[in-house]
Amino acid sequence: MNGALIGIAGAVILALGLGFLARRGRQMGLEQWTVAGRSFGAPLVFLLMAGEIYTTFTFLGGSGFAYGRGGPTYYILCYGTLAYVMSYFLLPPIWRYARDNGLYSQSDFFVRKYNSPALGVLVSLVGIVALIPYLVLQFKGLGIIVEIAGYGAIASTPAVWVGAAVATAYVMVSGVRGSAWTAVAKDAMILVVVVFLGTYFPLHYYGGIGAMFAAVEAATPGFTVLPAHGESVWWFSSTVLLTTLGFYMWPHTFASIYTARNTSVIRKNAVFLPLYQLILLFVFFGGFAAILQVPGLKGADVDLALFKLSVKTFDPWVVGVIGATGVLTALVPGSMILTAAATLLANNLYRVVDPSAADARVLRVAKVLVPLVALVAVYFTLKGGQTIVALLLMGYSFVTQLFPALVLSLARNNRITRAAAAAGIVAGVATVAAVSLTHSTIGTLFAALPVEIKELNVGIVALAVNVVVMMAVSAGTNVAVKSRGPVRAI
Amino acid sequence: MRSVRALALLPYLAMLIGPFFVNRVTPYFFGMPFLLAWFVAWILLAAAIMAVIFRLDPADRDESE
Repeated sequence: MNGALIGIAGAVILALGLGFLARRGRQMGLEQWTVAGRSFGAPLVFLLMAGEIYTTFTFLGGSGFAYGRGGPTYYILCYGTLAYVMSYFLLPPIWRYARDNGLYSQSDFFVRKYNSPALGVLVSLVGIVALIPYLVLQFKGLGIIVEIAGYGAIASTPAVWVGAAVATAYVMVSGVRGSAWTAVAKDAMILVVVVFLGTYFPLHYYGGIGAMFAAVEAATPGFTVLPAHGESVWWFSSTVLLTTLGFYMWPHTFASIYTARNTSVIRKNAVFLPLYQLILLFVFFGGFAAILQVPGLKGADVDLALFKLSVKTFDPWVVGVIGATGVLTALVPGSMILTAAATLLANNLYRVVDPSAADARVLRVAKVLVPLVALVAVYFTLKGGQTIVALLLMGYSFVTQLFPALVLSLARNNRITRAAAAAGIVAGVATVAAVSLTHSTIGTLFAALPVEIKELNVGIVALAVNVVVMMAVSAGTNVAVKSRGPVRAI
Repeated sequence: MRSVRALALLPYLAMLIGPFFVNRVTPYFFGMPFLLAWFVAWILLAAAIMAVIFRLDPADRDESE
């Protein structure tokens, strides 16, 4: 066993140990398992919400994006920051409503606000369709990391199985507490590793950050800013806006709001979470440093840039530490997704079929579903082809479609009816699917528009369709109710 | 001091509208291209703005919530 594998094995054992320990001294009821009994202070809520940004997507994808496409990658810095600013105002009313009504999941929020279990089913389905590919992405990343950081001693397939088994085991035992405790280890390691890599690579290979950017610019002028066409400023601005709105709409991120002890915890984190975004800067530095050092990576291989450079530069034991960190960046969000998906299935789908089921029974169902969800994800990880890639690209746009109905439900007088909320979400999701599967852009849909408009993120179209349909149906159903006379309030 | 909350709009303007005016490589700041340095500065300012809002917000006096 080489030095690198010892580090990776250590990370897996650490995650398993922390995940099991997290349960200590708690009776695991449904509320404990799903939202940790609404008891977390600022640090653990911070780590759960930050868990969303530091996934394998940022570790591999963030550096790969910087390596492959340069300036456009800065959008990741911006949307997180803006989402955290928004969280100060958006999340406290959500948390308060969830506590007062004893909610466990994101779908519960829609069920209660719109008084419609059927809407909960719809929201759950949208959530699950978005979550499974996201989980697949984590498992895929884990497999790649173990294979490269272990110098090929372990193939990605057994690594995926072990990772899925570990996350499944501690989620079944500890629920969201397991995710929070393993997040402590993950974030401690990622802070050290990423800051080290992002500082060391530019210094070692170029003599400094300024010299590195100058070298990259000399090789490809304009690479470190936004291009004039394609991923232009128009693309950038619309993409940041869309991803900001979608940020908290992921079911597992939404559920992490509920884990807070009080609203002050949430507001306090809105001050500190933006600063945490700066860690991403070092991920980008790593990606930029790799451009001239491990050139020639194409297509999906750009995601390997940071690891290829690490293997080229360091002793195996350092690579092992980096690999261990990478494994944890897959396991923590993976476990959050497992908890959220199983909760949606048990609490918002199973419970609709069996409405008399007690919380204890729903929890048992949720725990049984965890390995099943993991198996589905492993299947797609190992067998999945283009379908899963397509779903993944759609995932973020899917959950963003929940935003209008959610925000409007917070208004004192919500004018949106349940039929309108459902119609808006369906129309938005259908638009995303149609646009993605036909590879449309605004340019291909509306050829006559000026080029700036054509470069807007096509998700804007789906969101606009969503809102228009919602308003139209709402106007229609309001009239229908009124015409029948002054009866029940909706 | 609810009007202080309006400060939270500034990071949105800076990050959504700002790039139309600052999408340039030079001058470098702390070794970073100007566009990147702009975003980094606004991340710091966003945190500072949220700290000011947090300190002045009466909602945060109520620890029970």
